Amino acid sequence: MHKQIFESYQPLDRSSLIPLLQDIQNIYGYLPENALRDISDFVGVPLSRVYGVATFYNQFRLTPLGKNIIRVCRGTACHVKNSANILYALESELGIKAGETTRDKQFTIEVVNCIGACSIAPVILVNDDYHGRITVKDIPKILKKYQTAPASKKPEKAEVAE
Amino acid sequence: MVQLTINGIKVNAEEGMTILDAAKSVGITIPTLCHMKNLFPSGACRICSVEVEGFKGLTPACAYPVSDGLVVETDSPRVRRARKTIVELLVENHPQDCLICVRNKNCELQDLSERYGVREHRYVGETKSHAIDISSASMERDPAKCILCGRCVRACHEVQKIGAIDFTKRGFASIVTTPYNKGLNVSDCILCGQCILVCPTAALREKSSVKEVASALYDRKKYCIAQVAPAVRASIGEEYNMPLGTDVTGLLVTGLRRLGFKKVFDTNFAADLTIMEEASELINRIQNGGSLPMFTSCCPGWVKYAEMNNPEILDHISTCKSPHEMEGAVLKTYYARKMGIDPKDIFVVSIMPCTVKKYESARPELKEEVLPDVDAVLTTRELVRFFKIAGIDFNDLPESEFDNPLGESTGAAAIFGTSGGVMEAALRTAYWKLTGKELDKLEFEEIRGMEGVKEATVNINGMDINIAVVNGIGNVKQIVEEVAAGKSKHHFIEVMACPGGCINGGGQPIHQKPEKVMKRVKVLYQIDENAKHRRSHENESVKTLYREFFGEPNSHKAHEILHTEYFDKKKILRN
Repeated sequence: MHKQIFESYQPLDRSSLIPLLQDIQNIYGYLPENALRDISDFVGVPLSRVYGVATFYNQFRLTPLGKNIIRVCRGTACHVKNSANILYALESELGIKAGETTRDKQFTIEVVNCIGACSIAPVILVNDDYHGRITVKDIPKILKKYQTAPASKKPEKAEVAE
Repeated sequence: MVQLTINGIKVNAEEGMTILDAAKSVGITIPTLCHMKNLFPSGACRICSVEVEGFKGLTPACAYPVSDGLVVETDSPRVRRARKTIVELLVENHPQDCLICVRNKNCELQDLSERYGVREHRYVGETKSHAIDISSASMERDPAKCILCGRCVRACHEVQKIGAIDFTKRGFASIVTTPYNKGLNVSDCILCGQCILVCPTAALREKSSVKEVASALYDRKKYCIAQVAPAVRASIGEEYNMPLGTDVTGLLVTGLRRLGFKKVFDTNFAADLTIMEEASELINRIQNGGSLPMFTSCCPGWVKYAEMNNPEILDHISTCKSPHEMEGAVLKTYYARKMGIDPKDIFVVSIMPCTVKKYESARPELKEEVLPDVDAVLTTRELVRFFKIAGIDFNDLPESEFDNPLGESTGAAAIFGTSGGVMEAALRTAYWKLTGKELDKLEFEEIRGMEGVKEATVNINGMDINIAVVNGIGNVKQIVEEVAAGKSKHHFIEVMACPGGCINGGGQPIHQKPEKVMKRVKVLYQIDENAKHRRSHENESVKTLYREFFGEPNSHKAHEILHTEYFDKKKILRN
């Protein structure tokens, strides 16, 4: 699936390592192990170095992303407005830590430093939607909105059971 | 030439020199941690910081080139304070278990802490904690003890060109590890142990077999036999404050006997045997159109490399077992029968300069019936520890000789321990086998020395034999690619994974003086020069062994006991 990416690069050129990692992450949403091996062979850099670069930069992920990405702003304004509680509530609601993805691959929580929406702090960004001035109480409602959206079967069943 | 001032002393230095080297030339030692001689400076650890007049901040002496009129202070209060802070920060994030650490009294962090008078805990906070990687048969990796100097990474990437480990993650989470933090056993690591030799702390160390050997020695039912590799006798004296390059063969034998070994044999005997087999195999391949060029198989690190990276050339590697495995195999067959000992009771311990030999001795195919050829491998360093426990000090020990018949050896076997040695020994015997005459000049100067790849052509019976010696696995790639592409002009290629050969093996005493390590070579060449016999085929015990047991080199029986096979391990690693 990612093989054609290599066509637009020169082999054995170390400087194409990071652009390649970015392109491959654009395909999968993360960096699968076999892709890292292919990059290592193509660029002529040991796998350990490719892995080292991929774990150095925050932009790269080694685990798949969920369908919905929740970005919790932890910038100064949001911090003053108690975004720590928002993050904690999200983590306990979904049963994962920041940076992780739920088992059903529905949600990934990420922490960001400021998303430039301080006027509506505390704010979270779910996919492309801003949710501002939220409280801990709003969280289940917001999550439910996104959980029902995809046509995946399991959550629907869960809803019926409720 | 430029002139600069260091600590008020006028120093004449060559252009391109660093402050570190210029200071050293006038007897001023600046401490270093991340610096590695002969490699590009990395300037990462900052312990070599010095004050340069006119500069705002401190300057790393290892990376800054000298220039005319530079005024440098290497020991100002500001420099001392900075260095001490660096050491304090390192010490605080390091498990302070020196008393029970394998590198106690041989640790650079410990030395620096002492040198800068660290006496209190000024920085208290979270410390890193990581699991120890014990997955490989040869080495342990303890990232909690790592101070991130990066020397192992550079030895692995820049010297050996393997690249099994690297820095991963960042900041406080930063750790030197394998891809996906998996075990070394499933990484690209060939277990050569060069990283252990450069590690300033105990973050990288061999997997110890001392306990195993000790319990065998105390087991009355076991018949414990030790065998010693050539490179060990050239290095172990260093641990007893003897000058570099002291031959301590006689002391070593006495020491091993006092540890309780019933017999002490010489791996050199098996090295002669290896030459008999390997030279015959080479001639056989040349005369009968076998796969050429033929690679040597004495170095298990090289064999592991080929199995993992270039399985397509495995039929080019000599099928001979490595010498210590041959010795073990002969001990458990011929010797056991001759002496009337049940092979099950024999416990063979190899004293090796090598970490990979531990892995090799555990390879399932290297055994007789169900018994492993070699039961345990001790590195030179472990043997020194063993001697310490037993209270054996080389400085007041009488000398003694190896036991026989598996202790006799020729000069050709002694030079196995250095790069080019196996080739030289093989040529001496191959020449005799092909021509029936002896070489006039035994020394092959072209293949001695420290170059990465050494090539020569030897004319035997009107036929030009092209040979190559690869010194260090970092130089092997091109040679292997030539062979894989069928473009190699060589007939016989020796590969040693460690730069310099076994004398600089991963199991040797640790002291950060790579240039001095090479003095060990002299010991081996001297043993060769002074030897009564200098050609493997003149070894009387080997002749007897063939007469009584194997028949002739490469006979069916020899193939069963002295030869082995190799496996494609690339696929295992990739899935």
